[in-house]
Amino acid sequence: MTVLQEPAVSAELARSQGMTEEEYERLRQILGREPSYTELGITSALWSEHCSYKSSKIYLKEFPTEGPHVLQGPGENAGVVDVGHGWVAVFKMESHNHPSFIEPYQGSMTGVGGILRDVFTMGARPIACMDSLRFGDIDAPRMRFLIDGVVRGIGDYGNCVGIPTVGGETGFHPSYNGNILVNAFALGVARRDRIFNARASGVGNPILYAGSRTGRDGIHGATMASESFEAESEAKRPTVQVGDPFTEKILLEACLDAMRTGAIVAIQDMGAAGLTSSTFEMAGRGGMGMRLDLDQVPLREAGLTPYEMMLSESQERMVLVAKRGREEEVAKVFRRWGLEVAPLGEVTATGRAVLVWHGETVADMPILPLTQEAPVYRRPAEPPADLAERQRSPEVPAVADPLGDLARLLATPELASKRWIWRQYDHTVRTNTVLGPGGDAAVLLLKGTPAGLAMTSDVNPVYCYLDPRRGGAQAVAEAVRNLACVGAEPVGLTDCLNFGNPERPEILWQFREAIRGMSEACRVLGAPVISGNVSFYNETEGRSIHPTPTVGMVGVIPDLAHLPEAHFLAAADRIVLLGSAGGGGEFGGSAYLRLLHGVEQGLPPAVDLNAEARLAALLRQLVAQGLLHTAHDLSEGGLGVALAEACFGRLLGAEVELPLSSLADLFSETQARAIVAARPATLDRLLQAAAAAGVPALEIGTVGGADLVLRAGGDTWRTPVADLHEIWSTALPKALGL
Amino acid sequence: MVVFPGSNCDHDVYHVLKHVLGQEAFFLWHDEESLKGAELVVLPGGFAYGDYLRAGAMAALSPVMAAVQRHAEAGGFVLGICNGFQVLLESHLLPGAMRRNQNLRFLCQDVHLRVERNDLPFTRDLAVGQVLRMPIAHAEGNYEDSAEKLDALEAAGQVVFRYVRPDGSPAGNNPEWNPNGAARAIAGIANPRGNVLGLMPHPERCAEEILGNTDGLKLFESVVQLGAKAVAAGGYGGRR
Repeated sequence: MTVLQEPAVSAELARSQGMTEEEYERLRQILGREPSYTELGITSALWSEHCSYKSSKIYLKEFPTEGPHVLQGPGENAGVVDVGHGWVAVFKMESHNHPSFIEPYQGSMTGVGGILRDVFTMGARPIACMDSLRFGDIDAPRMRFLIDGVVRGIGDYGNCVGIPTVGGETGFHPSYNGNILVNAFALGVARRDRIFNARASGVGNPILYAGSRTGRDGIHGATMASESFEAESEAKRPTVQVGDPFTEKILLEACLDAMRTGAIVAIQDMGAAGLTSSTFEMAGRGGMGMRLDLDQVPLREAGLTPYEMMLSESQERMVLVAKRGREEEVAKVFRRWGLEVAPLGEVTATGRAVLVWHGETVADMPILPLTQEAPVYRRPAEPPADLAERQRSPEVPAVADPLGDLARLLATPELASKRWIWRQYDHTVRTNTVLGPGGDAAVLLLKGTPAGLAMTSDVNPVYCYLDPRRGGAQAVAEAVRNLACVGAEPVGLTDCLNFGNPERPEILWQFREAIRGMSEACRVLGAPVISGNVSFYNETEGRSIHPTPTVGMVGVIPDLAHLPEAHFLAAADRIVLLGSAGGGGEFGGSAYLRLLHGVEQGLPPAVDLNAEARLAALLRQLVAQGLLHTAHDLSEGGLGVALAEACFGRLLGAEVELPLSSLADLFSETQARAIVAARPATLDRLLQAAAAAGVPALEIGTVGGADLVLRAGGDTWRTPVADLHEIWSTALPKALGL
Repeated sequence: MVVFPGSNCDHDVYHVLKHVLGQEAFFLWHDEESLKGAELVVLPGGFAYGDYLRAGAMAALSPVMAAVQRHAEAGGFVLGICNGFQVLLESHLLPGAMRRNQNLRFLCQDVHLRVERNDLPFTRDLAVGQVLRMPIAHAEGNYEDSAEKLDALEAAGQVVFRYVRPDGSPAGNNPEWNPNGAARAIAGIANPRGNVLGLMPHPERCAEEILGNTDGLKLFESVVQLGAKAVAAGGYGGRR
């Protein structure tokens, strides 16, 4: 018989696993003795930043999490909102930044896999994915390799499982040179009364293991994700998990089938910290205890120790609690799909986790003190010393050649077409995709109803760097605007809060301010936070990424009958600018200054939440009344870029009289604005509706021809749309050297 | 609809046949040995058995494919879409093979197809030369065979759909219009008898007005109407 030989436990060993001296002492107090090696590993994973949210918890409480549609807020595997007609939407976004930087293909694959499991574990069938990606300079070391690997990984996983990737965003900024961001979003639908949770209950109920076998991959992945990168992070490659989308697909079908048996009490996927977090969280939520027989864990190779079994992050695995006596019904379903099922143990009333291996108790620990009562920190928060310098008003170089500058902006990877990326993602499978990638928001059918679901992901990291509070509010406001452009009312949002090292006061200040800004916007704009994820320690050698609080927002379109598109559809349509007409001269953090003049400075554009609310309500009303052919929000690159993008869809030109005080205002990023286009016959109704809603509206031009024509102060500029389109559509593959 | 582990367009085809066309549609598990009276067997898209080994290679060996083979030999209708087409090639119900797309990447986009024949069960409602717009979504759709066999395929009129430019003119090897690089721009082929059709594009993804394109619906309508007539006349394929 194998004898368990484990390293001696000490404060030093604990530190090497990411635990502080105080945390180690706390564990000793909880146990009333020295922990075993396995117990130490379990605790270090549960108390890692990634699993415990110990630095973020007190701030996350500020988010509004309730709303008329919310059925399940943060705390479960994913949030749940009512979307009408007896249906609910289940969604969440999660980061997979650290693994993707070490090993981009497997890192992004398993990011998609993990978020899909979070959704189907709730009983929902996933119907859509989005991905929010941040890369560094394309010419930075390894960057082309990272971009290629991440895109292939996302594609290969989602395509194989058969979930369309319908939207997302991709940005480029040198702050991500040493730490890219991969934020994966998934949404599923279920009947309202068919939602499952991950709350163990019923003493004596069997705990089952289903799915892939456990191997040595991803051990201590959660701890790795809770540290900054140093030069030797390459050596952490073995902490990255390996994904198998085919197994995920059959696991998905098997889980949904198994749930129909009525024999499942609770179910949870094994994500970060694998078997440890799934079992401890499930028992903790239910206030129960558990006894696990680790000899039953299906292993990929013999000889894994309890420590390795508990911390492995092998993918495509689930833990279930079944009703006692009905476990065979559940097991049968998994076997039919060719998946392994093993009895792992049972639910107890002790509140303790007892782990047995080879007849020996290798861990015996109280659950709640390790989960719900994990350490919480209120770390110091201070604005960065150079904040005033960052926010100093920038000089704005004059624009002499507006179409030339527009072409130069459209040629940057940041503003260029991302089709090269999303063409590699299946975005039409499941036949729900009404509007796919490339517009303001993706729109999906809710089959069997007249309604549609809209979704978008947004954040401007440069704004957040210059003023995290404003940047946080802007991310939420832009998401609401994007949804409004397809007539959708927000029902909830999920977030992925990507920041640097929270032990640095400047980073924690960014985090706190961003959450405040987001919370204010969520309240005014009626978008509660229903799920999310925090990713700290996005730093390499002391250099942090820009604060990146990504927002994934979902809305409902009551009736898809009059859906507008983000581009011009018909010649002679009148173009109307909604929102502040003058342009406003707001250039802090703008694409114009950053991408054309290398200046990243100033206060980002002001966010007037009431103006945003009025604009969004007006857009929804105009869409519902069928008055719009086109609706497209103004964001990075301002009116100029928005007009060009609107021309690209059908290569239709436009003639526009610029209502600007200076030509540079063509690229001002003043918020709460959108362009819409409508048939001439409905223009008056549109303008009246805007007036009644208190939204400034100015007719600025007409759709038609093959050229984009701009006029201002007696001057005229003209360029073929096809030429701009060529620049915009080829810039990204060119920059990648393809 | 045959369901292999890893099929992921099975529900999409089911939706079109059942809810758009009002047909009696059902799923057949990969280890079934009988087709349970199906007149039209659809091998849907996806990644059967994870596409491990080679796309479609393992699915071709599953028990249900023996039944599909018998069904095809008896003149029953078989439609393979995307991964289903790959399975038909691996099962030798259709000739040729698939290579990876010429740019070695998965491609999801609309393509234009010219209808080369309208005397097949699947193309009766279409016109020769008609241009259809359909989505593709695959990594291995680069049809290939030897020059002699391709000549023979053409001579026998087995090429049913070809990638073309939007105006119907030849796409050749232009990656814009023949994105996967298929030999002779071949997008879909039939067996000599015409009752087995395989194509890479997804007709089931463009069969409803709300999705902005109904070019794929005619393909299903053609075969469904023929099936209905045949049943009325007491013939054509499947056992009732």
